[in-house]
Amino acid sequence: MGQTISEKILSEHYGKNKVYAGEFVDATIDLAMSHDNTVLISSIFNKSGARKVWDPTKITVVLDHRTPANTEKTAQNHQSIRKFVKNQNIPYFYDVGQGICHQVLPEQGLVKPGMLIVGSDSHTTTYGALGAFGTGIGATDMAAVWLKGKLWFKVPDTIRFYVDGRLSEFVSAKDVILYIIGKIGADGANYKSCEFYGECIEHMSIDSRLCISNQAMEMGAKVAIIPPDDKTIRYLKSVTTESYQIVHSDEDAIFENSFDIDVSHIEPQIACPDKVDNVKSVSTVAGTKIHQAVIGSCTNGRLEDLAIAAKIVKRKNISKHVRLIIVPASRQIYQTALEKGYIKTLLQAGATVVNAGCGPCLGLHQGVLAEGEVTLSSTNRNFKGRMGSPQSSIYLGSPATVAASALTGEITNPEDVIE
Amino acid sequence: MMIKGKAITYGDDVNTDLIIPGRYLLLSKPEDLAAHAMEDLDPSFFEKFRKGDIIVGGKNFGCGSSREQAVLCLIYAGVGAIIAKSFARIFFRNAINQGLLIIESSEAVDHINIFDEIQINTSTSTITNKTTNCDVMIPALPIFVKEILDDGGLINHLQKKDKG
Repeated sequence: MGQTISEKILSEHYGKNKVYAGEFVDATIDLAMSHDNTVLISSIFNKSGARKVWDPTKITVVLDHRTPANTEKTAQNHQSIRKFVKNQNIPYFYDVGQGICHQVLPEQGLVKPGMLIVGSDSHTTTYGALGAFGTGIGATDMAAVWLKGKLWFKVPDTIRFYVDGRLSEFVSAKDVILYIIGKIGADGANYKSCEFYGECIEHMSIDSRLCISNQAMEMGAKVAIIPPDDKTIRYLKSVTTESYQIVHSDEDAIFENSFDIDVSHIEPQIACPDKVDNVKSVSTVAGTKIHQAVIGSCTNGRLEDLAIAAKIVKRKNISKHVRLIIVPASRQIYQTALEKGYIKTLLQAGATVVNAGCGPCLGLHQGVLAEGEVTLSSTNRNFKGRMGSPQSSIYLGSPATVAASALTGEITNPEDVIE
Repeated sequence: MMIKGKAITYGDDVNTDLIIPGRYLLLSKPEDLAAHAMEDLDPSFFEKFRKGDIIVGGKNFGCGSSREQAVLCLIYAGVGAIIAKSFARIFFRNAINQGLLIIESSEAVDHINIFDEIQINTSTSTITNKTTNCDVMIPALPIFVKEILDDGGLINHLQKKDKG
């Protein structure tokens, strides 16, 4: 019987027989990623009485959530993580400023097709963009992985998405995935493996695909895989010399469901407060006043995101009533954006550019919202209180929509600010 | 195991930011986290809640961030169990791993109103709504998951397997 990509990857890492949706497996982990929450994981690990992790070369730690340290307590946590990493001889450690885990891992060549990757972060689904089985787990699960190098999984059912249609210049991957989430709901893919196909996905850059696989977590996806193609192979060539195994679904694989989605005519999409599936076309919410505009995060802080933002604000000034905060997803992206002049353009328009990291997405620093304030953000969650006061409001949109709205001071279709 | 408490009910998509906001994640003592449980969802939570009470949710309970503190804060607040129509997958794993009783049952949720007196008997797999005199069977957990719960969480389970 044929298998889906998830069934194949889990079978391979189970190492016994072929497994199918609904079965339970104890699977061998290729890579275990954690970030600032390494401090909680290491305390669970130490409490178990264990001394050494199963294989330090399969563990990676990225400090990204509160970087540079926003409080003394954070600084202590970072200090204790550095000590743990040193004691355990973990080679793939990325300290403050390198960037967000979900950008750093792909650009360091640590994510390859066919891998089984777990991360103590829900948006670990991002690695599906390169054909890996990437999924988020909690701290205890991660401590168990550090102990044994294995973790239990229920083999997920798979949903297929055929995304058809070509996008216009100011409609992007973010709009596509918000549109899909709006259609199937915040739990529409809960526990499921998603596979994305279709003309629209094929034409997408790797930056865009990473956005799709990342934001797909907000419909509950366990994994969000884009089958590797020539574009994936070219990207991998630029970041790694190691070999890998490309995995595709069999023609006779069994899919739980299949959705045909035509995006040829969609407008930019906005997820309105306080749920990510509360999605509307930009024209229905255009005119909503904003105080803050954020371009960044593991979803949309990549080079093409900064490029489109710079294009939109070029030789213009942002509204006096708006703070535009730019958070490049990694130091490498920051440097390239500097070389290409995007950062200069954004600064000239009145933006505030902060260091690579998670920034204001989780409401800890670098742009926390006050009561009554409204933000439009290219991040991935608009939950109540996520970015500051529980009495603030978060709208989510594409980098282009955020940039256009920063110019006018209200939610704006990017088409409307282009001469 | 027998758990008795009153139901505190909420709707769909109760996310982990609402259960424990990001601004408290630096608190390392679970008791301190517990003091802020459900704060952004329901500022009057602790006026309604008594130790042992049961949280009842709609679908997709625990969606969002993988933060295990969302489970820890509820355990240390004294939540007896959570019954929901469905759980988001990472929250589900975290609850099992920490030994918090969670029950997925739309039928039970549909028959519970706020402040109903609920009794959960895990040996007979029954949820009894004492207020309305209604019994609902608890769906069986997969053996794989039940073993982890019975051993008191994932780390204990692995250690037991090592010894066995």
